[in-house]
Amino acid sequence: MSKPRVATTSLAGCFGCHMSLLDIDDRILQLIDLVEFDRSPVDDIKHISQRCAIGLVEGGCCNEENVHVLEEFRANCDVLISFGDCATMGGIPAMRNNIPLEECIDEAYRSGPTVYNPQGIVPDDPEIPLLLDKVYPAHEVVKIDYCLPGCPPSADTLWAALTALLSGQPIELPYELLKYD
Amino acid sequence: MSDSVTITIDGRNIEARPGQTILEAADAAGIYIPRLCSHPDLKPIGSCRVCTVVVDGRPQAACVKPVMDGMVVQNSTPELLQHRRNIVDMMFVEGNHFCMFCEKSGNCELQAMAYRFGITAPQYPFQFPEKEVDASHPDILLDHNRCIMCARCVRASQELDGKNVFQSIGRGFARKIGVNGERALGDTDMAATDKAADICPVGCIVRKRVGFEKPIGQRLYDTRPIGSDIEEVRA
Amino acid sequence: MGAMESTIKEVCKRYGNSRARLMDMVRDVQEQLGHVPRESFALIAREANTHRVEVESVVSFYAFLTDKKQGRVVLRLCDDIIDRFKGGGEVGAALCKALGIGFGETTPDGGITLDKTPCIGMSDQAPAMMVNDTVVTNLSPEAVPALVEALRRNPDPQALVTEFGDGNNADPLVQAMVNSNIREAGPVILANYRKEGGLRKALTQTPDEVIEDIKISGLRGRGGAGFLTGLKWELTRQSPGTEKYVLCNADEGEPGTFKDRVLLTERADLVLEGMTVAAYAIGAETGIIYLRGEYAYLRRFLEEKLNRRREARLLGNTILGREGFNFDIRIQMGAGAYVCGEETSLISSCEGTRGDPTDRTPFPVVKGYMVSPTAVNNVETYCCAARIMDMGPGWFASIGTARSAGTKLLSLCGDCERPGIYEVPFGTPLGEVLKRAGAEDVACVCVGGPSGQMVGPAQFGMGISYEELSTGGSVMVFSSQRDILEVAGAFMEFFVEESCGYCVPCRVGNVLLRSRLERVRNGEGTKGDLDYLRRLGESVKFSSRCGLGQTSPNPILSTLKHFRPVYNALVKDGGGTVNKSFHIMKAVEQASAIAGRRSEIFHA
Repeated sequence: MSKPRVATTSLAGCFGCHMSLLDIDDRILQLIDLVEFDRSPVDDIKHISQRCAIGLVEGGCCNEENVHVLEEFRANCDVLISFGDCATMGGIPAMRNNIPLEECIDEAYRSGPTVYNPQGIVPDDPEIPLLLDKVYPAHEVVKIDYCLPGCPPSADTLWAALTALLSGQPIELPYELLKYD
Repeated sequence: MSDSVTITIDGRNIEARPGQTILEAADAAGIYIPRLCSHPDLKPIGSCRVCTVVVDGRPQAACVKPVMDGMVVQNSTPELLQHRRNIVDMMFVEGNHFCMFCEKSGNCELQAMAYRFGITAPQYPFQFPEKEVDASHPDILLDHNRCIMCARCVRASQELDGKNVFQSIGRGFARKIGVNGERALGDTDMAATDKAADICPVGCIVRKRVGFEKPIGQRLYDTRPIGSDIEEVRA
Repeated sequence: MGAMESTIKEVCKRYGNSRARLMDMVRDVQEQLGHVPRESFALIAREANTHRVEVESVVSFYAFLTDKKQGRVVLRLCDDIIDRFKGGGEVGAALCKALGIGFGETTPDGGITLDKTPCIGMSDQAPAMMVNDTVVTNLSPEAVPALVEALRRNPDPQALVTEFGDGNNADPLVQAMVNSNIREAGPVILANYRKEGGLRKALTQTPDEVIEDIKISGLRGRGGAGFLTGLKWELTRQSPGTEKYVLCNADEGEPGTFKDRVLLTERADLVLEGMTVAAYAIGAETGIIYLRGEYAYLRRFLEEKLNRRREARLLGNTILGREGFNFDIRIQMGAGAYVCGEETSLISSCEGTRGDPTDRTPFPVVKGYMVSPTAVNNVETYCCAARIMDMGPGWFASIGTARSAGTKLLSLCGDCERPGIYEVPFGTPLGEVLKRAGAEDVACVCVGGPSGQMVGPAQFGMGISYEELSTGGSVMVFSSQRDILEVAGAFMEFFVEESCGYCVPCRVGNVLLRSRLERVRNGEGTKGDLDYLRRLGESVKFSSRCGLGQTSPNPILSTLKHFRPVYNALVKDGGGTVNKSFHIMKAVEQASAIAGRRSEIFHA
């Protein structure tokens, strides 16, 4: 029997959740015995190659490309998991949600205290995805099956969730593993 | 008046003193009724509704409802747990709660309540309201993003500090905690020694320069669910 | 001493510098200065022996009070659903155009402020608006330019009133273009009656006997909750306390209700007589009429009624020669807060604070106004009480049904030929009432206002009564041309606007309910969203602190129950895995405009 496939991605996040995934240390050897990684920053596969059992999404959606990737994950994963506070609630990027977009861009590229940009150029290339009006938690864009909060969720939390899923059990985190920070 | 009454909570008979609220009687008996606005040193006001129980068939806030002999109280039915969870979810989405950088994280009663209820993410959409941060006071920070309008600070200032630093202003979703100064907290007579500085259940009112004192793992609710202290009375 | 300071000193002195009269003080300050400036908070606080933040707390609570400079004339267009269906939106647009401003704004010359307000109690003559305290009814977009022009020439709003309405609306102290529109008088309230007959009769009995009569009559509160009036009076009488109070709830805020307005206009003496009977029964020396800010135009008229009663020894000391029976009434003006119709909020407001409700243990009958035993009754309840004393409890109990004695005043409005006031015996089927009002094409009736029930033809056979279709008076009729969920949506907006925000479920839950209903109405919802609405609605109802939150989900819950097919037609099955409420094109719209290019990934 072929191993279940797992895809992961980091959208509007900091990759901290992926770092936490790597923090499972030597259990990663057990993990690759259990699963086959498909698209993931871990193996640098750029697109999901075939249907996956599990998709792990770090980060919410701050731009159109995030939405595109999230939709690809939703379309190709049986179970889709938001992991980390950015995916589940928007997280730090969502702090911009009550500031007008124009002001955010201005602060970032023109008037921020650490910006040196005498020409006032704002990067604008068709390759740069357009920003969304606000940062959306993943579940506001597509249906999400499980949320694993934490900034990041601890390695133990991720391990507990993955092993539960892979053994066909519902994810029920013990008290110590459900944390928002 | 007799000096003791008997009430039933989830089928268990409890002795209570007349004049006690259901919540106080439950606490004394080692039964934890979840609550956020209630505080043992303050007059109860029943604003958060997390302590809602069913008394003789009717919903009541346990923190304000006095015991009466023969009362039959339900505290942990699946319906009540669901209503409470819904209320806690509402508090999360009405504010901007960024636990990852909040000084109160690990010691926050709202967060702890969500942990106790096993909430992985609120079921309601985040409202991302625009709220102010008032850092005008030299020793105390007032961050409205984290306020749950429990009015503990209002009561503590009046009842414990003999002042009137805080009061609710506005109404509805725009309701917020106002301060008794021309512009901001720094214009009030709030002092670092005020009880009101330490009574906030969330990170709305925090002392400056003392955040993140305890490492993760050693904070109040890192390993022990909120209410454990009360439940241990029974054990 | 500056002008503002002397004004404030004078106003506060008028009310004995008493903290309990803070409401009146800030109202008067606003009347004189046009607003309550933030700089005045500390001054008012000093004069009223309270704290600055308490003043801000009150000013920020009531919709008619503001710390922002307003025009000499403030237009408040009634924004309830009936007014909207009668063309209120078009009138609003015409006002914006004629004034060159939007809602919430003031003309550049500082002359006129334009605003919206929930139901002002004129739904039978909609669209209507308040021009300061003056009410202008039956508005049309065509009439707006001339009206605005007239106000620009002469800022006295009373000059807009060229023709007076029926009945006492033409009284020199009212002079309103409002109509009472009494369509059907019933035997209890609107019939001809013996003036002061009830009071005279009561004084021949002991207070306990009066209470007994009210109990035997089966009279229940007419505000909607239906508590037994006799029992309420008895509890108030029996509660320990030297001071007791009789409060009249004239804060008729339930959209679509205007029967108290008509009673205060056409039966003011009967209301006051009923209050006096209550005072005698309870042992109260002070009464307060809590008059909603929208009915301020009736204030002078009511003050004069009080004066005449004092002269006739129907109020004051030794009433009708009865040694030891002293009772007087004052009017407390509200300032635009629906929640103040809730009795504990009303009491808070009378005490000069923000109108947050308080916990109902203890109940007002034990600790109410000024922590003393207080009976709060509806305007109509007092009318009934006076008539019961005159005609006897048996007579009253013989009208209506076994559990709902007497008659009920209904304020009918919406899609019917003859909107107005109908006094019907309890038990009268809703369909019968609709027929009399000339409502032929009816798809939905909202009985009891937004906090009541929205019912369909299947329920028209049910009777108006506490046990079947309960209402404080509001009956809104909607024809098949109306979008029922637009009505429900407007009602949810109303509750969001009017929640005091004290407790979490009402403060937050109503906002969430409103936006999820909106999502469903936009065709972006799933079956799961209907479940969400029901579960959230039940939670708000279950866990809210006062009657507002305990009824605010009703527009959604009752339409889910009675108009399910309307919802089903809007939601698609399954829902898929992509949220329909998320619109990528809308989400990138701003960035697209800023960057001046369209999305490379998503194309419309």
